[in-house]
Amino acid sequence: MLEIKNLHVKLEDEDKQILKGVELTVPAGQVHAIMGPNGSGKSTLSYVLSGRDGYEVTEGQATLDGESLLEMEPEERAAAGLFLAFQYPVEIPGVGNMTFLRTAVNAQRKARGEEELSSAEFLKLIREKARKLKIDAEMLKRPVNVGFSGGEKKRNEILQMAMLEPRMCILDETDSGLDVDAMRLVAEGVNALRSPDRAFLVITHYQRLLDHIRPDVVHIMADGRIVRTGGPELALEVEQNGYGDLLAEVG
Amino acid sequence: MADTAVLAAQAPAVEGRARPGDAALAARLDALDLPRGGFTRTAREDAAQRLQAMGLPGARDEYWRYTDPAPFNAARPQPAEPAADATTLFTGIERLNIVFVDGRLDAAASDALAAEGVEIESLAAAEARADHWAAGLYGRLEAAGQAPVKRPFAALNTLAAAEGVLIRVTGRLERPVHITYRRSAADADVYLHHVVKLEDGAELTLLETGAIGARSNVVIEADLGRGARFHHIGAKRANDPKLGLGHIFARVAAEALFKSFTLSVNGLMMRNEAVIDIAGDDAVAHIAAAVLGDGDIGRFHHDDTVFITHAAERCESRQVFKKVLKNGAEGIFQGKILVKPGAQKTDGYQISQGLLLDEGSQFLAKPELEIYADDVKCSHGSTTGALDETALFYLRSRGVPKERAVVLLVLSFLADALDEIEDQRLRDDILGRLEDWLTARAGNPGKAEPGRA
Repeated sequence: MLEIKNLHVKLEDEDKQILKGVELTVPAGQVHAIMGPNGSGKSTLSYVLSGRDGYEVTEGQATLDGESLLEMEPEERAAAGLFLAFQYPVEIPGVGNMTFLRTAVNAQRKARGEEELSSAEFLKLIREKARKLKIDAEMLKRPVNVGFSGGEKKRNEILQMAMLEPRMCILDETDSGLDVDAMRLVAEGVNALRSPDRAFLVITHYQRLLDHIRPDVVHIMADGRIVRTGGPELALEVEQNGYGDLLAEVG
Repeated sequence: MADTAVLAAQAPAVEGRARPGDAALAARLDALDLPRGGFTRTAREDAAQRLQAMGLPGARDEYWRYTDPAPFNAARPQPAEPAADATTLFTGIERLNIVFVDGRLDAAASDALAAEGVEIESLAAAEARADHWAAGLYGRLEAAGQAPVKRPFAALNTLAAAEGVLIRVTGRLERPVHITYRRSAADADVYLHHVVKLEDGAELTLLETGAIGARSNVVIEADLGRGARFHHIGAKRANDPKLGLGHIFARVAAEALFKSFTLSVNGLMMRNEAVIDIAGDDAVAHIAAAVLGDGDIGRFHHDDTVFITHAAERCESRQVFKKVLKNGAEGIFQGKILVKPGAQKTDGYQISQGLLLDEGSQFLAKPELEIYADDVKCSHGSTTGALDETALFYLRSRGVPKERAVVLLVLSFLADALDEIEDQRLRDDILGRLEDWLTARAGNPGKAEPGRA
């Protein structure tokens, strides 16, 4: 589903190379995790895939179902089925969570040539999905992420994912700032969305999240490259020995 | 015809030493057909004297440093064709309509000026009456508002306005009073003076929409009795190439509530001054504005100048000003909170923000606090910035197209100001209009503007 080949990325304003030849393939139905020390380029990879400004791709490519992502606008990538759950979800005062979600859902449907959801259809759908994530009606009415706790913001990200039904989901350090209960809730939300035609790329520092969202494949990223790939046991190795030993091995 | 008594007051204030602006003021007054006045006659004479003493403003006046008074000082306005009439605001709401065309009451287009619990009439029609209730207010709140800051155009208005609406409310007026302005003449130079008196416990919503003139000068004097509630919403016609001056002078008694919101969408040069005197304990005064300015449609310069005086205990004031500017548009905010000795437990708040959609536009803010009481809470803030790129990316990453995302973020920026409109129907109407306007612009970023012939 997601294929990244020899991806080189630098900062637009600075002569600083962040990604130095990332190779990664995530087939449909699988959950892949990317772990790695701070500054290894994990978040940059998620931003470049979703189309954030400020980066320049100098070499390589990234495709979703064979379609090149890198030339698309962020909204086109979303309509193509890509979703990024933000590490720091953005607060948007004055725009209701419900209005925001409805705008997003219908914009994507429109972009794909599907019929837009009516108010009633949308309401029914969001109530059902929100209930599972323990998001109450009050939270839906409030402005996007304004006054939400860390856990509420992350649950709101998962609610958006559930509503938008993307095929390729990237979770950027979704576990950061979450207590154990909130993490379990978020993980349940993600697990509920696992399906044979959907894939996940879970970016995390810690193995903890992977206890709840079991990955099929674990990648270790360092200095802008995937340096090791393995099964879930690789995450345990990181947890026990830290990145130091692993990276020394790769040397 | 000019009134002789008024003309007598036009002699230079300082004999033998003409000031540089005197000739301009004389020319300014010469170009006007000054009304004789009936019950307002003394007030007009007083205003003429005030104006002579003050003179017209110049760039050296502290409160005119950011706005060039020249177009308002000129004897006549530059003719400008009015924008097409696309006003549909508030039409779904039961209201009492009053229509002015080029500054003259259009009685045929207006509703009968009568309703339960209210006396309402036009200034011109009322002038002949001897003991009018408005005699104690016309030009009086304006005069009181001349210190410590001079407001010569407000004095000029008291002197020159032949028309306006006089509203005295004794009960709770369910229907808003809606003043619609229309203009047909390309060179209409319009002076309107409205007087509003809310008796104790009375309630009124006053709406103003439409295009007033090529150049307009409107004064509202509002006197709020104990526990009265006054809501004012002004939304002048979008995209009209206008020069507009507005003053609102309010005196707010104990436990009364004053709320004013104005929406401005494009135009040439506008300045709104609000002078609010919170005179009784436990009163509340809020003033807010949402401004959208595109310098491509016409040179856009929008100035809000506010002066709120706290002269009583436990009162709350709030100023919320938001301006969205692009293509060289200029936004100005000068806001002051004065807390007089003894005005303890004052809660004063002021925020002014400019959202610059490009690098050529500018927002200038001059917040001032002057506090002579020791147990008060006063805060002010001012920011100027571009659209939040992270928020824009966040929305787009969810599939919201860029144009729509910008609209949502602009509305998000304006939300605090719009929230100052208490009546949800009115707020939704304004919001809908803003959305339509923003969406039309977003889809058509060129110079042409729908509704502008």
